[in-house]
This record gives sequence, structure tokens and C-alpha cells, in this order.
Amino acid sequence: MHVVVCIKQVPDSAQIRVHPVTNTIMRQGVPAIVNPYDLFALEEALRLKDRHGGRVTVLCMGPPQAEEALRKCVSFGADDAVLVTDRAFAGADTLATSYALASAIRTIGLDQAVDVVFTGKQTIDGDTAQVGPGIAKRLGLQLLTYVSRIVELDLGSAHITVERRAEGGVQVLHTALPCLITMLENTNELRFADMDSMVRAARFEVRKWNKDAAGVQDASKIGLKGSPTVVSKVFGPTPRAEKAEMFSVEQSSARDAAVTVVEKIFTRNPALRQDLLERQGA
Amino acid sequence: MSEPQAPKKPAARAGRSFELPEHLKSYKGVWVFVEHDRGAVHPVSWELIGEGRKLADTLNAQLAGVLLGGPDDPLDRFASEAFGFGADLCYMIRDPVLKGYRNEPYTRGLTRLVNEHQPEIVLLGATSMGRDLAGSVATTLATGLTADCTELKIDGASRALAATRPTFGGSLLCTIMTLAYRPQMATVRPRVMSMPRADAGRTGLIVESWLGLLETEVVTKLIDFIADADSDANHLAYADVVVSGGKGLKNPENFRLVRELARVLGGEVGASRPVVQAGWVEAARQVGQTGKTVRPRLYIAAGISGAIQHRVGMEGSDVIVAINTDPNAPIFEFAHFGIVGNAMQVLPALTEAFHSHLPVRERQAA
Repeated sequence: MHVVVCIKQVPDSAQIRVHPVTNTIMRQGVPAIVNPYDLFALEEALRLKDRHGGRVTVLCMGPPQAEEALRKCVSFGADDAVLVTDRAFAGADTLATSYALASAIRTIGLDQAVDVVFTGKQTIDGDTAQVGPGIAKRLGLQLLTYVSRIVELDLGSAHITVERRAEGGVQVLHTALPCLITMLENTNELRFADMDSMVRAARFEVRKWNKDAAGVQDASKIGLKGSPTVVSKVFGPTPRAEKAEMFSVEQSSARDAAVTVVEKIFTRNPALRQDLLERQGA
Repeated sequence: MSEPQAPKKPAARAGRSFELPEHLKSYKGVWVFVEHDRGAVHPVSWELIGEGRKLADTLNAQLAGVLLGGPDDPLDRFASEAFGFGADLCYMIRDPVLKGYRNEPYTRGLTRLVNEHQPEIVLLGATSMGRDLAGSVATTLATGLTADCTELKIDGASRALAATRPTFGGSLLCTIMTLAYRPQMATVRPRVMSMPRADAGRTGLIVESWLGLLETEVVTKLIDFIADADSDANHLAYADVVVSGGKGLKNPENFRLVRELARVLGGEVGASRPVVQAGWVEAARQVGQTGKTVRPRLYIAAGISGAIQHRVGMEGSDVIVAINTDPNAPIFEFAHFGIVGNAMQVLPALTEAFHSHLPVRERQAA
């Protein structure tokens, strides 16, 4: 079987700092990582390969240095890696991104038909969760989002059964291949990269495709031009007009500060005290 | 979403039009997808009806709810509830194929209604259903979709939807607009907007439509639904009191101080993202942009610095109390009461103060 995993290289958001005056992102020194949510998709893809044979292709759209993220995936056991990179893709929103990735997946499928496409649940920099559904729609794949478990995959009949996280429970869905799965986090544990794979990854030739090689047919649907959304403003949070009333444990004891604050809370919000009392009575 | 860049002059971008094409100018009205499952509407839909009402009033347009469901789903009851919360009309498709949420038939249904009635704005809850559906519908319609908005406004100049959301892992906010495409789509997470008041006297118009899709044409089958065991963590978003802890608690053992205060107040325990990432607390307890949004009557944050990604998840709380050793911590900029001190000392003191305060007051009142 042939599984494609879409990944993204992202700045490690835990280490992002914002310049306090200009409100711009300070990128210097922020390490680039594989979007953590995508690693659950990669591991699940590798497990399908372990069980059913075939190969795993990792796909990424991004600047040339995103090659490193793909190498990382090769070190975990991916067989092939494609980087779709072209200045024409710059400024793409989720709609334009899904067009570019769908074109590339179609091209990847020319060698060997694709049975399953995986993405992570969302990225940690955009947090939209929109690209996976977009790719599925463009390729006419059955869409399975927030999958927590693959119950069964039958290559013979080309069917798959999964559990999908929904509000207040889990849906059990049965569908036909090919499909697109967005994998929920913490559903598996990524394997270790062994020494041989790391050596292989270091020497691996990542395939680099520009828009033509990726099979993009309509250049008006990629990059900024193909993006309906416009970022009109980037800004920091506005301070609240009302300043916090401050108490310091240094000036009084923790006990005194706590008693005063509790009094103040109830003075400010008398109904809250009544509600808490009723709750205690219940 | 585009990579946030420095604000740019639209005209400077060659080849990209920000003018709304003539044929899209007839798109009018604000829609809210009313999400329901197993006999109940998700509260986020009513929160969006409340928000959609304000947008519709600004645009001098109508507000509609969209109800898709099976023959046994009480869609008429949901519609009258939607009218009570502020909808003027409801578009409805009732079809056996729409029993239980599945992407394909719901995408077909919503897309069909949009093409038929042409709304300018479509809002959905950022739930597992809303996000699944919104991405598919926006791609089908080739229009803009903005996820997880924390503020929705109408831009004065363009009359377009100005959707604000946190970006870069919640370190900045950005405002996104869809200028040359319709409808403008956005999702909003539960509890980000406040619950509107219901007016049982309000009524509205129901417009029924049809799906035009047979079960045999739908590839994906819903075999079963396994409901979650009732867990306290599920109550977090709608809790009246939330006590949250962060890295300032130093170690996971100290989290018991948070739990004790929450217990005395009959509230739920929350946590910051770093604490969840460190594995101190289960992910379902995370408060913030990538966790849950809460709007309790009382929110107590212990040892949490107050990054934007946390702030957007709790700033709608009625009363915010923050405890932090750093008097310059950002959380004090949006707390109502701040205690500068060690959370390990202040938390037990607060627990005792609330504990003694409540019963004493009760006796005095009686």
C-alpha cells in the first residue's frame, strides 16, 4: 500500500518571543521542528506499513530549509520524501495550501496509487485544522478527522474502520479507500530512529519540486493570489482599562492577603457568594 | 490562514483583487450552523446566534440558523430555540441520510443551502463537527475560512467580517478578512462568546429544503457512537468556578493545593499549557487557545504568567484572581485582583479563607 503523510516545519512556538515594543515575532534562534501533531500521523502511517507492507512518502510544502523536517521523518522510517518549494507558494492561506498539496499528492500517486493520506490534527503555528479537510475535498477522498484509532484496514476490499473523536463520545466510521485521516494527538508513541535510519536520512536525497514539477495546473490558485483571506492587522493584546487591585504577601501575611481578597471578591460580586453557599448546601 | 506579515497596503499586491465581484454583491445575511447531537444543541451554537445577531444588526441583515438532521431529530424544537436566542429564520433539511453527523452529506447540505440562499457570513462552532464541516464547505465553495476567532466585527470601510484570532501559538493576535469572496466563513470555540438571553416570545420563519443525496451514494457509514464516561474534565468549559495552576507551582505534587481550593469552592481544576506539556495534568484540563475556553464567575490562576494563548481562554471570566511571585507578570494586566506571592503559601491561605468565610457567612445570614 502507499501512504502519504503531509507534514509542516514550524517554529517551536514554546520558544517564540514577541518584541515588546514593535509586536513583531523575534525569529532569531527559534528552532524549527516538525509540527508535533504530524508525528502522530507519521507513526500511524509507519504502523500501517509494518502491518500491510508498501511504502510511506512524506510531503511538505515550505522553504528550502524545510528539507530538514523531511529528513527527520526519513530517520523514523519514511521511504520517500518530497519538498514542494517555490516562491510562487508564498503567502498561501489554507485554501491555497490545500490546492498545492493536493496537486503534489496527485503527482506522487502517478508512481503508485495512494491509499491513505495522513495529516496531523492541526499545526502549532496556524492552529487552523483546515488543510486536511481541504486536501480531502480537492482529491475527492473520504475525510476522517480527529481519528483516535484505526480499528481495521482491509486492503483486499479497500475498506477502513476508524474511531473518530467527537463531542461527548467517539464515532465508529467505516469507509472506502482512498481516504484522508487527520490523526488525533497522544494516540500512539513515535518509535525511536535507529542508527541505520539516521545514517540513511543524513544522506537521503529529498525530492524538491517547484510548482510545475508538483503538477500545479492553475497558478491563480496558489500562493497569495489563490488565498481568499487577507491579514489586515497583527497586534498585541490591549491592556484592560481597569487595573488589578494588588496585594503583596511581603507587606502582610499570606493569610491576611487571602482573607482581604476573599472579602473583596464577595463585595464585588455578592451573588457569587450566595451561589457558592447554595452549592455547598447541595 | 496566511502567515501574519507586517500590515500591507492591499493595492501594492499585484494580481490580487480586493474588490468584491459584482455577482457576489447579492450575498446577504448572517448564518449560524446549529450543531446538535443526540437530542441536544451544542451551546456554542447559541453563543454564535448571540454574536451573529450583533453582526446582522450592524449589517441591517437577517440572522438565520441552519439545521440539518434526520427525520427523528427534533429540528422544529431546535428552530424555536434558535428564534428565542435571536434568529429571524431557520433553513432546515430533514433527511434520513443526515441522521448522525457525517462529513459528506452535511457538506452537501450546507453547500447546497449556501448556493441557494447566498449568505454573506457563515459561522460554525470550532468543535470536532464544526471544524470538520467548515473546512470541507469552504474548500467546496472556494472561499475564505478563519478558524478559532476570538472576536468578530464588521469592518466600517469594507463592510466585511473582521475576524480576530490568536496567531503564532497565541503570542500575537491578527485580524483576518475575506474581501473578494463570499460567503465569509469563521469558526469560534465554545465559551469564547457569551450565552445570549433567550426570549421565548420570539418567533421566526422556517424554510425547508432537500438534500438530493441517497444513502447508497454516501461512502462513509456511521456504525456506532460510544459515549464518553461522564468525566469532570468535560465540565470544565461550563464550570462556575475554575482554579488553574501553572509552572509557578514548581512540581506536580504541589498541584494538590489547586485541587483543594477547587474542591472547597465546588469548582473545576484547570492548567496552563506548560504544565500539561510537562505531563503534570491531563490535556483535557488545559485552559487556553489550544485547550478549553472557560468563562466562570470566578477564575483563580496560581503560578501562571498569563501568555496570550492562556489569556484568550479565560479573559471572559467575571472575576479573575491571579497569584504570581513576579509583580510584572502579564496576568496582572487583566486580573481583577492580584496577589504577589508564592502560590504554595497563598493557595492554602485562600482555601482556608474561603472555607471559613462561607459557612460563617451562612450562619450570619440565617
